[in-house]
Amino acid sequence: MRVQLFGTCMIDTFFPETGMSVMKLLRHFGVDVSYPKGQTCCGKPANSGGYARESRKAAEQFISVFEGSKDPIVTPSGSCASMVKNHYHHLFKDNTMMRDKALAVADRTYELTQFLVHELKVHEAGLSGKGKITYHASCQLTRELGVKEEPLLLLQSLNGAEFIPMPYADRCCGFGGVFMAKMPEISTALADEKLDTVLSTGADTVTGCDHGCLMNIADAVRRRGARIAVKHIATVLAEGLK
Amino acid sequence: MTSTATSIPFRANAAEALSNSPLRAAMRNATETFAKKRTEATASLPIEEWRTQASDTRLRVLENLGEYVDRFSANAVRAGAKVYRADNAESAVSIVGSILKDRAVQKVVKSKSMVTEEIHLNKYLETLGFKIVETDLGEYIIQIAGEGPSHIIVPAIHKDRKQVGRLFSEKLGCEYTEDPAALTKIAKKILRDEFLSAKAAISGANFAVADSGSLVIFTNEGNGRMCTTLPPLHIAVLSIEKMIPSLADLPKFMRLLPRSATGQMLTTYMSVITGTRKAGESTGAEELHIVLVDNGRTKIVAGEYREMLKCIRCGACLNACPVYRLVGGHAYGATYPGPMGIVLTTLLEGMEKAHPLLDATTLCGACGDVCPVKVPLPELLHKLREERVERGFTPYLERQGMVGFGFAAESPQLFSLGQTVARVFWPLAKKIPGLGALERMPIPAQITFGRSI
Repeated sequence: MRVQLFGTCMIDTFFPETGMSVMKLLRHFGVDVSYPKGQTCCGKPANSGGYARESRKAAEQFISVFEGSKDPIVTPSGSCASMVKNHYHHLFKDNTMMRDKALAVADRTYELTQFLVHELKVHEAGLSGKGKITYHASCQLTRELGVKEEPLLLLQSLNGAEFIPMPYADRCCGFGGVFMAKMPEISTALADEKLDTVLSTGADTVTGCDHGCLMNIADAVRRRGARIAVKHIATVLAEGLK
Repeated sequence: MTSTATSIPFRANAAEALSNSPLRAAMRNATETFAKKRTEATASLPIEEWRTQASDTRLRVLENLGEYVDRFSANAVRAGAKVYRADNAESAVSIVGSILKDRAVQKVVKSKSMVTEEIHLNKYLETLGFKIVETDLGEYIIQIAGEGPSHIIVPAIHKDRKQVGRLFSEKLGCEYTEDPAALTKIAKKILRDEFLSAKAAISGANFAVADSGSLVIFTNEGNGRMCTTLPPLHIAVLSIEKMIPSLADLPKFMRLLPRSATGQMLTTYMSVITGTRKAGESTGAEELHIVLVDNGRTKIVAGEYREMLKCIRCGACLNACPVYRLVGGHAYGATYPGPMGIVLTTLLEGMEKAHPLLDATTLCGACGDVCPVKVPLPELLHKLREERVERGFTPYLERQGMVGFGFAAESPQLFSLGQTVARVFWPLAKKIPGLGALERMPIPAQITFGRSI
């Protein structure tokens, strides 16, 4: 099976090691992964800020990079996947040709855990893990994409690790893209509350499917001096590979 | 009433609220209790089906709002009421004022109504010399505190029992107690005397039934029923979108509104008032005046934000909102707070005044999930953000930054250059005022993922 990886601008810029974990994971399950050149950002930051013209430019770039293939597009981010699947076609409501192209790439796009569970059945294979792991359910992943069970199935299947559910797991961590910069007081207060619930689990690792949230939670961890690892789910899963 | 040109300083208000620890504790307790009760009260029920039905009914009303308002008015008049239409807040308050002046009453008891907050009715009537007594306990608390409501159904949600105890002892001259039951008893005694001596009452309405001309009022304290049955004069003030087609539609909302609001199966009291007191009836007002307030709604219903007016004011979106839960309602600087408040305030009071409120959301979507009538709040918030950009209400530097983002997003070379520049200047950029968020992010990687494979 072949897939095209959309790495996301955040992983590309800040967290290349997460990208490597995604590659390792997909390849381990026999997937032929390509990383199409020319990919930039899905446009989500501009779109949630209300900048339709700028997010359209990002969407056009995404479509031009990925439209030449029929392979699934996999991305390790709920918010980027939702941007492509749920928002792109709205950006082209006055342009039938582009809207059709947007719908076509949307159809091929999967968030990583969606793909791992539904296409590769990774949760049935049973990877190994270690320690106590808790999980933050990010907003667009949970509410826009409806991906609720998939990450849990994967984490619960880890041999040797204990999965501990977090109270209010699907409550916003306060990242919110531009919100983080525009409302820093509320953003950090929400991240602090999120960290309280994370720490209440007694886990030694908190994971999730979106680096935006994880970055915000990691900042709360740093400010408080808490002792807990913050890792993308791709990293948690890849660590269990031989 | 007249909107000022200055915009609402939401960020400063929010920062102040965040440093108010009694407020934060009270907000956390209350919103968590309501949200939990709502979840319990909607579990194992065909709630999605109910929401769809309720949404469809509300949308049907809005699509033909003028007709429903006409039908309601005709039927209410037939039942003995007098019906007035007020295009705006000024005309609404002056209609109420002149009804009261003609009757030479001094005191008015009032049951909770958000639209009367919207039109600032109490303030207007007080300048005319009337004494207004709010009779919902929460509303009474904030009235004697000289504040506005901070939640659309729990107006004093931001106060804890100690604050209410101190307020009562200071304003009512009673001995300090922080026992909620004792405090309620104190208020009840005062309010009972007010009910019995009042010659006029003002209420809102949760619904207005077009086919029968009836007003429907939900309360938990029975104060709505006292107001609408004891005094001989009842003035009901409601916004025009409160219509439902017929009494047969009411159960759809009876089961959803209290469950969404407080997690109750049913509201404690539900009054259905059809016209004035009839011969042989022992209670009910002898005179019923119904003021239908438009105040911009006809315009909203004709535009792309129509679905906002499906709202039945349950407050579920407030309790679910991470931002509202933290900062409370007063930070929004408007009548309606929380997600529904951001949208409605922007539509009612204009972008110029309300645009900072559009930052009071992480677009997490929790509001949309809990809305009993499926108001697409996340979509409406997003649409308003787009309108804010189009109309130039975002800061200059943000706009320039986004233009830069647009160029970089469509050019991989420029994007890559941007990443390099960001990495090199990151330590410097963190110090620039307004770029403090960079402090909370890691330094860009030496080699990007794209280049490392």
